[in-house]
Amino acid sequence: MNMSAMKTAPVTSVPASSAPVVAMTPKRPPRMDTYIKAAKETAARVVPPLIVLALLMLFWELVCRRAGSTLPPPSRVYKETKELIFDPFFDHGGIDKGLFWHLSASLQRVAFGYSLAAVAGIALGTLVGQSIWAMRGLDPIFQVLRTIPPLAWLPLSLAAFRDGQPSAIFVIFITSIWPIIINTAVGIRNIPQDYRNVAAVVQLNPLEFFWKIMIPAAAPYIFTGLRIGIGLSWLAIVAAEMLIGGVGIGFFIWDAWNSSHISEIILALFYVGIIGFVLDRMIAGLAKIVTRGTALN
Amino acid sequence: MPAYLKLDHIDKTFTRGSASTEVLKDINLTIDQGEYVSIIGHSGCGKSTLLNIVAGLTTTTMGCVLLEDREVNSPGPDRAVVFQNHSLLPWLTVYENVRLGVDKVFASSKNRSERDAWTMHNLNLVQMAHARDKRPAEISGGMKQRVGIARALAMEPKVLLLDEPFGALDALTRAHLQDSVMALHQKLGNTILMITHDVDEAVLLSDRIVMMTNGPSARIGEVLDVPLARPRKRLELSTNAAYLKCRLRVLEFLYERHRFVEAA
Repeated sequence: MNMSAMKTAPVTSVPASSAPVVAMTPKRPPRMDTYIKAAKETAARVVPPLIVLALLMLFWELVCRRAGSTLPPPSRVYKETKELIFDPFFDHGGIDKGLFWHLSASLQRVAFGYSLAAVAGIALGTLVGQSIWAMRGLDPIFQVLRTIPPLAWLPLSLAAFRDGQPSAIFVIFITSIWPIIINTAVGIRNIPQDYRNVAAVVQLNPLEFFWKIMIPAAAPYIFTGLRIGIGLSWLAIVAAEMLIGGVGIGFFIWDAWNSSHISEIILALFYVGIIGFVLDRMIAGLAKIVTRGTALN
Repeated sequence: MPAYLKLDHIDKTFTRGSASTEVLKDINLTIDQGEYVSIIGHSGCGKSTLLNIVAGLTTTTMGCVLLEDREVNSPGPDRAVVFQNHSLLPWLTVYENVRLGVDKVFASSKNRSERDAWTMHNLNLVQMAHARDKRPAEISGGMKQRVGIARALAMEPKVLLLDEPFGALDALTRAHLQDSVMALHQKLGNTILMITHDVDEAVLLSDRIVMMTNGPSARIGEVLDVPLARPRKRLELSTNAAYLKCRLRVLEFLYERHRFVEAA
């Protein structure tokens, strides 16, 4: 989780000249130096993964290049998916759409299901964290329900909603809500007594207590839950879409498999990975803004 | 004249399952307006419990707390607390921490700009106005405690409750902050009830020192008047006979007659 992205530049500036001049307070380092320093730091973070990536690609190319290999090497993947890469916006009707449309359909489902899960999860988590009786009543049920694999919910939700779209959204919801509930509850339960005392002396009413003490105090925990939740919902949507069909990156992969377009599968996996990563970083970034740097990550 | 703050026959028993421990027994104390009273005793004698009872954060088993002849049994800004560990909310700035209380207490009696001015006035009183936009994590322990004091003062409490306010500070910072509290008491005339385990601190700051016996069933062992004129100067007092006598009395109480028994 820790990305150590906060390495601040040391602000020492050593006057390089050894001439016998009167020492003066060192000026701010020239703008150019700051840029070079920043560039160096970025390079130190970006170059190693790029090298590893290049080596892996090379290895993949060498292994899959020989005749009779079941999977295409990266060069062939690129050749075969060039159109998809450079024109993600085409729309030939039905499910013959560019990758952008597939991804945005999937992202929309995730956005719906995940937003619902976030709201309901934080509310339920607060209830369970705050009330001992709610915890005793609900926690055992949550503990059982959360172990049910996401796809196991799909047939049931299809039976209930009779439609793919709400079913997929429900699967997202039910997958991502558990970590949000559980982490929120832990966060609420761990609010230091001191903060409760402060609230009592100031005489905050329950609503003010919720917004001014509970949510900020539990925010680091809540965001841990939200991050796990977004990861899980992205995992679940691909699987769910494979089954419900229609437009969506999951069905795109399944469709590509059925038409033996292995290269397209690989391209789609690449996008799925990148978007999952971006979603995770987005929630982490939001956490940083909202908790003003006190998040646990 | 009726007492300003009165602790009337307070008993406190903590019950856990079938086991119960009597922490405080028959505590009677009256405090006048503007008086500075310290409660001193060994750790575990229940002095923090007593302060929490006055604050309304803990309920009594028997007896009650009367403030201006009215019973108080729930927390409120008229008995603002300065907590030992400052208890500033880390997600709020220094200003916002003080403002939180101001907004609640003066919700109807002051408008926005008056509340802002009042918040800044109180930050100025503790010389923390310069750090108004800092967060608690960015300021030192002594500064945090100053902000804690400003937050409590800003609620215009009838009684200011200090729960070992200098306990977590180094000796120099502590002395500095004690001087500040003395100056504030001089200037504003607050009624102050302070918990401490530091004999010098108790004698230096207080008008009266309440000495507690060891728990369980701690009682008030002795109440000592400190007949020193204000304003008091730390350095001059170190050779003052009355000061030394008071100090000796407290020391005798704590270390001879009511020595801390480890097993207790």
